[in-house]
Amino acid sequence: MRGSPLRKRTLGFVALGAAASIFLSACGGGDSAGGGSESDASFNQGATEVVNPSDKTGGTLRYAIATDFDSTDPGDTYYGFSWNFSRYYARTLLAFTPAPGEESSELTTDMAAGMPEPNDDFTEWTVKIQEGLKYEDGSEITAQDIKYAIARSNYNGGELPNGPRYFEAHLDQEPFNVYEVDNPLETFTAVETPDDHTLVFHLKDSFSEFPYVLTQSQTAPVPVEADRGALYKEHVVSSGPYKFDGDYEPGVKLDLVRNEHWDAETDPIRPALPDEVTVQIGIDQDEIDQRLVNGDIDVDLAGVGVGPAMKSTLLTDEDAQSNLDNPFSGALRYVNIHTPVIEDVACRQAIMYAADRDSLHRAWGGESGGDIATNLLPPTIPGSNPESNLYSSEDNKGDLESAEAKLEECGEGDGFSTTIAVRDGRPNDIATAESLQESLKRVGIEIDIQTFPAEDFFAQYAGSQDYVRENDIGLSVSGWSPDWATGYGFASKITDGDAIQKTGNYNTSELDDPEVNELWDKALQTEDPTERAAIYEQIDTLVMEQAAILPVVFDRALYYRSDELTNVYHTSAYAMYDFMALGVDRG
Amino acid sequence: MSAPSHAPDSAEQAEQTDAVNVATQAREVRGDSDNRSLRQIAWQRLRKDKVAMVSGVVVVLLILAAICAPLLAKWFGAPPTQFHQDLIEPSTGLPMKDPANPSPFDTDPWGAISAEHLLGVEPVTGRDLFSRIVYGAQISLLVAFLSTVLCVVLGTLLGIVAGYKGGWIDTVISRAMDVFLAFPLMLFAIALVGVIPEGVLGLTGNGLRIGVIVFIIGFFNWPYIARIVRGQTLSLREREFVEAARSLGASNRHILFREILPNLVTPIIVYSTLLIPTNILFEAALSFLGVGINPPTPSWGKMLSDAVPLYENAPYFVVFPGLAIFVTVLAFNLFGDGLRDAFDPKTSD
Repeated sequence: MRGSPLRKRTLGFVALGAAASIFLSACGGGDSAGGGSESDASFNQGATEVVNPSDKTGGTLRYAIATDFDSTDPGDTYYGFSWNFSRYYARTLLAFTPAPGEESSELTTDMAAGMPEPNDDFTEWTVKIQEGLKYEDGSEITAQDIKYAIARSNYNGGELPNGPRYFEAHLDQEPFNVYEVDNPLETFTAVETPDDHTLVFHLKDSFSEFPYVLTQSQTAPVPVEADRGALYKEHVVSSGPYKFDGDYEPGVKLDLVRNEHWDAETDPIRPALPDEVTVQIGIDQDEIDQRLVNGDIDVDLAGVGVGPAMKSTLLTDEDAQSNLDNPFSGALRYVNIHTPVIEDVACRQAIMYAADRDSLHRAWGGESGGDIATNLLPPTIPGSNPESNLYSSEDNKGDLESAEAKLEECGEGDGFSTTIAVRDGRPNDIATAESLQESLKRVGIEIDIQTFPAEDFFAQYAGSQDYVRENDIGLSVSGWSPDWATGYGFASKITDGDAIQKTGNYNTSELDDPEVNELWDKALQTEDPTERAAIYEQIDTLVMEQAAILPVVFDRALYYRSDELTNVYHTSAYAMYDFMALGVDRG
Repeated sequence: MSAPSHAPDSAEQAEQTDAVNVATQAREVRGDSDNRSLRQIAWQRLRKDKVAMVSGVVVVLLILAAICAPLLAKWFGAPPTQFHQDLIEPSTGLPMKDPANPSPFDTDPWGAISAEHLLGVEPVTGRDLFSRIVYGAQISLLVAFLSTVLCVVLGTLLGIVAGYKGGWIDTVISRAMDVFLAFPLMLFAIALVGVIPEGVLGLTGNGLRIGVIVFIIGFFNWPYIARIVRGQTLSLREREFVEAARSLGASNRHILFREILPNLVTPIIVYSTLLIPTNILFEAALSFLGVGINPPTPSWGKMLSDAVPLYENAPYFVVFPGLAIFVTVLAFNLFGDGLRDAFDPKTSD
């Protein structure tokens, strides 16, 4: 997986039945923004600045979450919040810069002593780790432990099913099962450990963005003798500033206390302010929002912002504004225009011209829901040019004349009809489809809306090549957020012809443009990030010209920022608050 | 709101209706003293029952409104899928008090009700709520009627056969009823709607979805009516007029459909009227859970589920579709109750 559909990273409140929540939240009562007026913070300040900077230590930082971790095991998790949170007890080779806004997508070191060194064609990477790093029991962390951690999280025969598979996809390694071979470290030849503090990675192909993979929680060390497979999540051996206090109880709680063997001198990214960290699991989303506003918890661990009920309440409450952050979630909401169904590029361009972007923007929640998108790459990604707008129109209401001209060009002067696929239970997705239906009607393009179960949407419906062709599904509403904030991390999976799958196809428009494909290959062999960014911008423009993706909005989430939190800022690396920076000041 | 909850009710109703019909039958057979037929008596009683008459009128009006939805929408509202986003505050998605001065802090909790939009407009899209509710009645009533018809046809056929034939046939059908009654209908419905592929029986899109919902409700609710019919048939088959027909050499089919069935018409009508509101609620519950018809076709349950997160800032959006369901269900229930009382010989004139 080179990117992730939103269903994976932002499970959030969408999946929870709205039915169950209304009564609970109704009991919560008032809509006052608990003490919002004392702070001199301002609306959306946390998106670009550190709010309440402080180095005060102590106190208990209280998290709560409606769903649960997919796993607390750093080798078996794919949720953004889990990657962010696991850094409390699991250090990785590299990390994202601890800073607000776009700076946070730049890489820095965590356990590594310096940035990794590639060979000439980016197929071999060498990284050294710091000496003197210790586990919670005081024993030393070695390169072999990191090698073992990567082995167990990628070659485990399904024992640890959740995590991404970047290492497996890129390392030059015969498949094996770490739990079945006698000596896993010897079998795992693609990673070498010439000494206790050096790792050498051998890749199949050139991969200039490999360092981003080294930020992932799978690089957190695991002592071979401590590995209990799927049960390891109950008590992860800590390499970070906090360790498990008792066991993690799935669906109930996870408590962390300080790890005395962690040395702040070795750690550039974790101020580790609170003395304790607690997570309550399985609380209804509306109740979490209410407790957050009342000050009974500090942070919603899910990191996707408040639920729709609280969102509407907070936005209409003038006093609450200074406690709100409304940053980009990093995601693009868009409509796929399926190239095998609407084959003529002019017909697809007609859709791009006729779409009423203002109406689509409102359907996605207006200003608080996101910014109108006229290109592919979100503004948080280097190479993005949000100014580019190939299909511009007055007030973004759609250019009907150009749309009709394009329809003539593709021989469908009177318009045509097709079907748009949309996920059940996603009000914004459905409103997007309804809005598009209304605006395309203006040029004679009639679309039928069909809803499908969200969990099988890509496996069986919009992402199934056969289903799309057999049922004339020309459009589908989708969303995408990056695993890391570069053009490759964001868009390769949804626009690279090589990524097209028979089912579970996230390049849902099935764009297979030779020029685009070539540029993706080129990017992976380019070292300079600025040059890569230029390539990504070219790809962006080509995808827009091909009219394979109709961008709708660059999504924004709405967060309630408690006054008692210190060092609060939004990191675009995880598209939520930087959990490592947070402290509490109950003063 | 779910179907399983009405099981105890219907058992009770079944007994009651049982009693009604046995007594009715007796009266019809020996002929009433003042020479009025049972239906005439019932009609006279019904006319005196003000609650039943009012609900009857409401039911008729609802049906008319559903049929004339396009006209009503044209006269009093706007097409149900037309957007009016100029009335919506863009940041919150809520209707504005004053469209000239958009402000997130000055939204209208009553949905910008105006002469053009009698019940205000939907949040986000600004679609006319009045016409969406009227169009929503089409789906609700269509599904409720069709599924009730299916229940009645299946229930009557199987019930009458079980009651008349007895023996192992009765045992098999009765056990089948138990199985169907124990079925977690709502869960099954949700699962089934998800897996039925497009194009089954030549149906696609909304036609298919309506078909599936009707099938599920109808196919799994038949035992309620079958039990009543079976009970009735058990007592009727021992009656003299059936004996007489049999001794004259009438075929089973003749006895079942010419002798027994006409005597079952009354309880079937009464029970159907009481089944309709249950089915309306079931349809609403399914759409609430997202297993209904495709957008943008309006449906009451779907409107409610959209409205729930906004109940604090857009109460009208919960209230109006909620009221529509409430009034419809109440009207059908009260009318059905009135009908049952009217046919009940124990009721004094």
